Amino acid sequence: MEGNIKLIRDDGLRLDGRANNEMRPIKIQTGVVQRADGSAFIEWGANKIIVAVYVREAYPKHAQNIDRAIVKARYNMSGYSVEERKRPGPDRRTMEISKVVSEALSSAIVLEKLPRAEVDVFIQVLEADAGTRIASLTASSVAVADAGVPMRDLVVGCTAGKADGKVVLDLSKDEDNFGQADIPMAILPRTGKVVLLQLDGNVTEEEFNEATSMMMEAMPRISELQRNALMDKYSLEDGE
Amino acid sequence: METKKIVYPGDKIETDDLKPRNGMYESNSEFFSEYFGVIQESEKFIDVAPFNSPYLPRVNDKIIGKIMDIGPTMWTVDINSPYYSLLHMNDTPWHVSSGDLERYLNVGDYVYARISVSNEIRESWISMRDNGMRKLETGRIISVKPPKVPRVIGKGGNMINIIKTYTDTKVIVGQNGFIWVDGEIDNVKKAIDAIRIVEKEAHTIGLTDRMEEYLKKMKGEN
Repeated sequence: MEGNIKLIRDDGLRLDGRANNEMRPIKIQTGVVQRADGSAFIEWGANKIIVAVYVREAYPKHAQNIDRAIVKARYNMSGYSVEERKRPGPDRRTMEISKVVSEALSSAIVLEKLPRAEVDVFIQVLEADAGTRIASLTASSVAVADAGVPMRDLVVGCTAGKADGKVVLDLSKDEDNFGQADIPMAILPRTGKVVLLQLDGNVTEEEFNEATSMMMEAMPRISELQRNALMDKYSLEDGE
Repeated sequence: METKKIVYPGDKIETDDLKPRNGMYESNSEFFSEYFGVIQESEKFIDVAPFNSPYLPRVNDKIIGKIMDIGPTMWTVDINSPYYSLLHMNDTPWHVSSGDLERYLNVGDYVYARISVSNEIRESWISMRDNGMRKLETGRIISVKPPKVPRVIGKGGNMINIIKTYTDTKVIVGQNGFIWVDGEIDNVKKAIDAIRIVEKEAHTIGLTDRMEEYLKKMKGEN
């Protein structure tokens, strides 16, 4: 089946007209949930995801960590966020994403500063169009920074993969479904440490290296968008 | 408009000759910001002041708390923080006997109190045995972001004082971000509006003068 589907056009561009190493447009906004400690909304291509962050004493008490905070991300998809209605509630996939996002955020947050606390990250996917785990993580780290939780760095993520035998950046829905591989990755940009890396599909070592270097190149651009999102709220407060 | 240098989590901080203090972490003897905030330099120290952060209890902070729960000898108090605080019956101005706590303070009541003990795991106890500490019976409570509290108070209390004089209200600012406002209903509304403006424009320069003008105008309309 793989061979039958054309994902790269004859002119070398992808179906949606992007070049190999071109991202979909990204828009991030903070301060979208009034009563949350911090929040963010991200539009990554057609993905629409809202994130709210709450900091509080961990409950129940026996779940508290005496010397550090725990991070609980909860990824949830709306029923009609995908083409065919998704049965609401947690399933294997959403629990996996919740786990990897929690762990990626944990490595950025200065957990020792908030003993016994719990950082709740509620991620609601309103519309999904491939790459939601990375979009969720990117937005979550902005929301956590907006909440004023101490962080070592802003986590930034990106995906790459293999479609029609070629390595491409930021897979679209079709490339994700009918391509040969999908590699999401997230890093702490200051040190370049990898905090999330998964691979679904088959790639050769060269292709994998090409994909990661392509993502590393794209990260600073996403990072810049995260900073601008935080800054935008500040300039609004400035009355401008 | 003059603005201070803004930093994001992970940004390198040039300490020069100043001692790094709050809001940064060390890595390979270099310093990096922990918050999205502004750089604040004083004579000896350099700090990162976050735009937003949860309130963390500090001993001797005068705070406003809301009673959440009643135990046999203690009240559990919400102090606008991720962490609850405790108020023991012996730390009140009354002679409370155990099991009889709701006669003095009930769930939903507000108190003005002082943090008397706080430890490294952020447990804290508050005390009402001090001058001016009491139950807040009338008035309204609003909350502002904890990092904005110093601006609401102003240098030597001048910001809160002009708000009090021009709106003719009684105001208590808790260092945890809860603020108690009491007076005529219209005046209370005006005072709350004024505090909201200060909270919004906390990082701008010359705010006290602008607020004074704003309050004069408000009073003129009366």
